[in-house]
Amino acid sequence: MSDHSSDHKPGFFSRWFCSTNHKDIGTLYIIFSIIAGIIGGWFSMIMRHELGDPGLQIAADGQMWNVWITAHGLIMVFFVVMPGLIGGFGNWFVPLMIGAPDMAFPRLNNISFWLIVPAFLLLVASAFVGPGAGTGWTVYPPLSSVVGHPGASVDMAIFALHLAGASSILGAANFITTIFNMRAPGMTLHKMPLFVWAMLVTSFLLVLSLPVLGGAITMLLTDRNFGTAFFDPAGGGDPILYQHLFWFFGHPEVYIMILPAFGIVSHIVATFSKKPVFGYLGMAYAMVAIGFVGFIVWAHHMYTSGISVNTQAYFTAATLIIAVPTGIKIFSWIATMWGGSLSFPTPMLWALGFIFLFTVGGVTGVVLANAGMDTSLHDTYYVVAHFHYVLSLGAVFALFAGFYYWIGKMSGRQYPELAGKIHFWLTFIGVNFVFFPQHFLGLAGMPRRYVDYPAPIPPEHLQGMLVNPIEKIQWIVSQDYGYHLWNYVSTLGAYLSGVSVIVFVFIVLYTLFFGRKAEGNYWNVEPQVMTLEWTLSSPPPFHQFDIQPKVK
Amino acid sequence: MMKKLSLSLFAFLVTAFMSIPLVNALADDAATPTQLGLRAAATPQMERIIGFHNGLLILITIIVIFVTLLLAWVALRYNKKANPEPSKTTHNVPLEIVWTLLPALIVAIIAFPSFKMLYYLDRNDNIEMTLKVTGSQWYWSYEYPDHGGISFDSYMIPEDEIDESKGQKRLLSTDNPVVLPIDTNIALQITAKPTDVIHAFTVPAFGVKKDAVPGRMNETWVRIDKPGTYFGQCSEICGKDHSYMPIEIKAVTKEEFEKWLITAKEEFASLNDNTLIFAQYTHSNNGVQ
Repeated sequence: MSDHSSDHKPGFFSRWFCSTNHKDIGTLYIIFSIIAGIIGGWFSMIMRHELGDPGLQIAADGQMWNVWITAHGLIMVFFVVMPGLIGGFGNWFVPLMIGAPDMAFPRLNNISFWLIVPAFLLLVASAFVGPGAGTGWTVYPPLSSVVGHPGASVDMAIFALHLAGASSILGAANFITTIFNMRAPGMTLHKMPLFVWAMLVTSFLLVLSLPVLGGAITMLLTDRNFGTAFFDPAGGGDPILYQHLFWFFGHPEVYIMILPAFGIVSHIVATFSKKPVFGYLGMAYAMVAIGFVGFIVWAHHMYTSGISVNTQAYFTAATLIIAVPTGIKIFSWIATMWGGSLSFPTPMLWALGFIFLFTVGGVTGVVLANAGMDTSLHDTYYVVAHFHYVLSLGAVFALFAGFYYWIGKMSGRQYPELAGKIHFWLTFIGVNFVFFPQHFLGLAGMPRRYVDYPAPIPPEHLQGMLVNPIEKIQWIVSQDYGYHLWNYVSTLGAYLSGVSVIVFVFIVLYTLFFGRKAEGNYWNVEPQVMTLEWTLSSPPPFHQFDIQPKVK
Repeated sequence: MMKKLSLSLFAFLVTAFMSIPLVNALADDAATPTQLGLRAAATPQMERIIGFHNGLLILITIIVIFVTLLLAWVALRYNKKANPEPSKTTHNVPLEIVWTLLPALIVAIIAFPSFKMLYYLDRNDNIEMTLKVTGSQWYWSYEYPDHGGISFDSYMIPEDEIDESKGQKRLLSTDNPVVLPIDTNIALQITAKPTDVIHAFTVPAFGVKKDAVPGRMNETWVRIDKPGTYFGQCSEICGKDHSYMPIEIKAVTKEEFEKWLITAKEEFASLNDNTLIFAQYTHSNNGVQ
């Protein structure tokens, strides 16, 4: 089989710019995701640096800050997590796992990727046009209307979302078709690997939710440019209508980001426990349930917007129910390990980190689900902490887990184990320092999306980050009020996380150039947990499964 | 050097943990640097929120500890040295039923007090006075429709004019604080200027947060227990100066409130004509919920 690896490979330009090969397109997505992740992460670093002390450090004013948070949010959601998990790992491993030679529509796959590049460029460019798009990733009117943002920047951001949305819809249609039609003989839906299940559910969420976002931002576009008044109260419109449309997309969107993560973690836990996933059917249908319930909980993002009390009660009940299928996932992962024979290479560490951090982020979600409780916590740092625990520490941990688990398969070279473990621990400690104190800030009432917070300005010799932290902390706690302490701690954690990103970039380059050669089944995945990607060479041949595999 | 360093670290940790009441009990309302929990309650609403949160916090802490212990246990007991031969178990239906029903039961237990609190926070049928709040980029306007239509705007005091000797706080103190009586059921009618963006009126110590939406009138209520100065901040992103439109409320006794009304009517008299027209506009155009 390995002979085929050099077969029919087109030249450089055709191979990487006109690619129709699911593995190459997956590689492009992963490279794209890493580059976008470094840019989005750069925004986090300057944001945390800005908030390390009260007063303005590097932001010229609040508008510049708002542009940063908007860019950070949109980049991380649309250009890091989605391309990484869905475009990257989805493209690479859905065909491999179901025994298919490629995706159902290879050219559609190509256009899916090449739509996301101009989308990203439009979004980045929007920051340099006029005052930039400082609306938050939610783009609520009237702030995003002409009232709040005259100039072309928001229009460009809207086009960026249109393109990214079209890219995702096409990609999702491709996945659905591939999964339903191209499974190897014998692979019934109930024998399908859980990552494929996750991608199937995710794809349905994408095709059902993204058109609603597309509609909402198109209406916003015509409000801005062609005199319609969908969201303008002076013309009979309603800004709250936009919020309903946005969150009808936005809530499924957060499950779009986490479901593939569930799939990856399931595979890793099973492989390194040497045990099949516990309660496979429960795991698969828990994802289906999460996907379904994800569509009927959107207004829990809008508890304070003035929706009626009965509506709030309904959304509280529906949201709390999500804890049930999520609990099934957590307990099933632990039960998979129970009785197993566990080893802890880097991907397993990331998977375990995911389970722990997702639990922490999950329980704060149960707190936020209550509309009454949300009166205190809505739009505070408690929410910021919550969604970073489930996304930044959940989805991103799964991205890293998948990267370390599969990089040998994808590149044919294995990463350096010790460096991978250092990367994990630096990140784990760093991100917990960043986000755990934010719960305290939120409970104490600090609103999110603030460039500056109430607290006395420290004396000159204690300003900035290059000061003795103990002396600085002693000064901070001697003040009578302010949110300085936990912001400072959070910023210190951000620097540590920043270091871990540098370690990661080093690992990627080292692996690609100097990594030792990886065998076909380099994790020694045992027959009882085998998925089809481990039956192929590393990297797999350019066209795999010339002889269709059969699944018993 | 090391000893001094470790001593001061120890001193810091002790002071930090000594000053951690889960609910801050200072009379002054702003958050303290070492605060870990919700702000002290100044209203029955916030008391309920704190009570509910305390219960939930215990519950979620138990859940996190439980999951952590399970993870630690499997890592110790079932690592490949301790357990070289993996078991072949793939499912256990009774167990799966238990871990489906148990979380369902737990969320049902959460839901009932949650609903009770939600409906309590929503409205009160015995309203004694009304305060109308209007958000604009980037200040709040207040009207007292039951008291001769007193109305005024409230801006943040800029950083360089903050007078700490008067207890003013950076980014929190305003030029015209809202004055409200204690022990009174006050309806809050919250909106934004019709040509403006969305804001959110928030006072953490009151357990109050409602979006101020152009073209809509949102209503909630509050009953303040004790006199004091309470601070809040705009809680919906509203543009450049989102961080700079605080809310400052002075809660006083009913008698002091009556006295304040007399001076306020003179002080803010010149503003009244305009704002009355504005008030009529918003009342006639919006369905009050």
